[in-house]
Amino acid sequence: MKKHLFGLAAVSTMLTPIAASAQTEVQFWHAFTGRLGELVAAQVDEFNASQSDYKVVQSHKGNYSETLNAGIAAFRAQEQPHILMVFEVGTATMMSAGGAIVPVYEVMAESGATFDPDAYIGSVKGYYTTTDGDMLSLPFNSSTPVLWVNRDAFEAAGVDPDMDLSTWENVGGALDALKAGGEDCPLVTAWQSWIHLENFSAYHDVPFASKDNGFAGLDTELMLNGPAQVAHLSAMQEWAKDGKFIYTGRRNEGGANFRSGECALFTESSAGYAGINAEAEFDFEVRPLPYWKAVTAEPQNTIIGGASLWVMAGHDSDEYKGVGEFLSFLSTSDVQAAWHQNTGYLPITAEAGDATRASGFYDENPGTDIAVIQMTAKQPTANSKGLRLGSFDQIRGIIDEELEAIWSGDKTAQQAMDSAKERGDALLRRFESANR
Amino acid sequence: MEKRVTFRGWLLPLALIAPQVLISAVFFFYPAGQAIWQSLFIPDPFGLKSQFVGLGNFEFLLSDKFYRASFLTTAFFSILVTLCSMIPALFLAVLADRLIKGSGVYRTMLIWPYAVAPAVAGVLWLFMFNTRVGVVSWYLGQLGYDWNHVLNGGEAMGLVVVASAWGRISYNFLFFFAALQSVPRSVIEAAAIDGAHFWRRFFGIVLPLITPTAFFLLVVNIVYAFFETFGVIHTITAGGPQQSTTILVYKVFSDGFVGQDLGSSSAQSVILLIVVGLLTVIQFKYVEKRVHY
Repeated sequence: MKKHLFGLAAVSTMLTPIAASAQTEVQFWHAFTGRLGELVAAQVDEFNASQSDYKVVQSHKGNYSETLNAGIAAFRAQEQPHILMVFEVGTATMMSAGGAIVPVYEVMAESGATFDPDAYIGSVKGYYTTTDGDMLSLPFNSSTPVLWVNRDAFEAAGVDPDMDLSTWENVGGALDALKAGGEDCPLVTAWQSWIHLENFSAYHDVPFASKDNGFAGLDTELMLNGPAQVAHLSAMQEWAKDGKFIYTGRRNEGGANFRSGECALFTESSAGYAGINAEAEFDFEVRPLPYWKAVTAEPQNTIIGGASLWVMAGHDSDEYKGVGEFLSFLSTSDVQAAWHQNTGYLPITAEAGDATRASGFYDENPGTDIAVIQMTAKQPTANSKGLRLGSFDQIRGIIDEELEAIWSGDKTAQQAMDSAKERGDALLRRFESANR
Repeated sequence: MEKRVTFRGWLLPLALIAPQVLISAVFFFYPAGQAIWQSLFIPDPFGLKSQFVGLGNFEFLLSDKFYRASFLTTAFFSILVTLCSMIPALFLAVLADRLIKGSGVYRTMLIWPYAVAPAVAGVLWLFMFNTRVGVVSWYLGQLGYDWNHVLNGGEAMGLVVVASAWGRISYNFLFFFAALQSVPRSVIEAAAIDGAHFWRRFFGIVLPLITPTAFFLLVVNIVYAFFETFGVIHTITAGGPQQSTTILVYKVFSDGFVGQDLGSSSAQSVILLIVVGLLTVIQFKYVEKRVHY
């Protein structure tokens, strides 16, 4: 009997390590809560259920900045996750951290997971790809700015909601008419620097920074004080002065005003769809982001905002296999199509976009494909591939300050942008010397 | 005549001060030393490599006119927060002290705001003054005043000062209230019999007697305004508009923990250390002379 027990104990102790090592754990840190958090959890559960070799463990680490900080602190303490979600602004920081990350194309090659770099939409992956075409991080949630229209507000002000709003010239006319018709909040915006400078520059095919917006080297300088940008900001300043453009804050504060029906036009990310669709009690519509006819005959593509998934260095090779499998799973057409339709984020592969179109989703939800078309209508140029600037979170802060000086009338658009360039360049030089 | 206690031998005194020395070394000297060391480098965020720049970080900071301006902003902010949290607290304490019935209820209610974390307090005030949906800004709009702290630096400053001082009033109230209770009744009664009216008694007797408490609160509140207010600023203005509410410690926080620029952030904390050291010396040298113990 005693021998028997001993045997049992031996068997059970032998079994435990086998059971544990059968599943390799992959840590995935992200920045999503609420509905988006649930959708991420569902993706992870689906992956875990689909195979038995790997187990992805997802955890929420705060907002974008906090998640990046958590990842950095963890790396310093040598407790980094396998996969870290980093917002697009942190791209240059991650890219320069050579010893801290493993490029996605290498992970995929070594893990042997299915990976076809050409399947990803050029303007989406371009942001996270080297000039040689190597994908460094996997695009996860990407959106692009569009123009949201409150049709009821147009009608209340006696303006035809079907009017052409494709150019800023026409939008200017609409703002006049809306104001004259008694509308108190004709235009409001979210993410002013992202929409009215970064995307504005790409959309009009003018540089935001030298060296291909920073893609070609760390010795880049801001070029956001060019004539096209200054003309746009001057027009917005006039609108702000006349009460046609209402400034509400640096982030997406304006969303509350638009969703409550207070404002007629709203420049915001395509990912605003979920919130607007859920809350708006008025007839709304999505239009492409306007462009200035005076600057360009037809617009280039817009660029993305959002986050990508970076693989951190310092783990075992079989764990990277699991990472490869998971990233490959995330890129499949079904997962991407569902993500795109549920959130308003762009699909990262052309196939997922096609599948969505084929399913009739765009016909049932008109306007949800505008962002996709806006991103993919043209091959990206050096000015519209994206931005890769160090310390960009801080530089955005500087741009926000200078834009506020324009809206309040303290500075002219030229003065403000000259100052933004000077202050931003100082930070770029610091970043350059930190990563020499 | 001064009393001196002398120890025989040195083991016991050493053992007695050891815990304090240890705590100071671990929680103060070690981090402070690290900050000074780090301020000489520009490191990358991941700690993979760093460039020795000597005093380059300090040069970079001091040549930034926004950084220089933030010294004035900090001084202005700290003085306002200190005044706005001490004067109302003293006033309320005097009133509560005169209450015969129900002073316990008032006391409890006045202490409540202290339990609210700075960041949460910031969000509460932000909601009330939100330019589009805030209750207070709506009433101001009805009165014909167009409140917009998002673009107006003065209004932004006013808002962060009030939000920072609000919770602090409770803390100061507690100390003032305790101090007032300890003022001997006999002295006040004697003055009253001599015909001194309330405010005469207050300024002539009560206030001088509570100066030690007031001085303590002055030091503590300035330190609070310097170091503990960034939660409020972060949630309400993020230092804007145009850095009009960027105080020194907020810049340390945002450069270090948002911008990942640890070199500049360390250099700033070294500068801050020097500034606070100087301030404390000044306070003890000049202000304390007017304190009656």
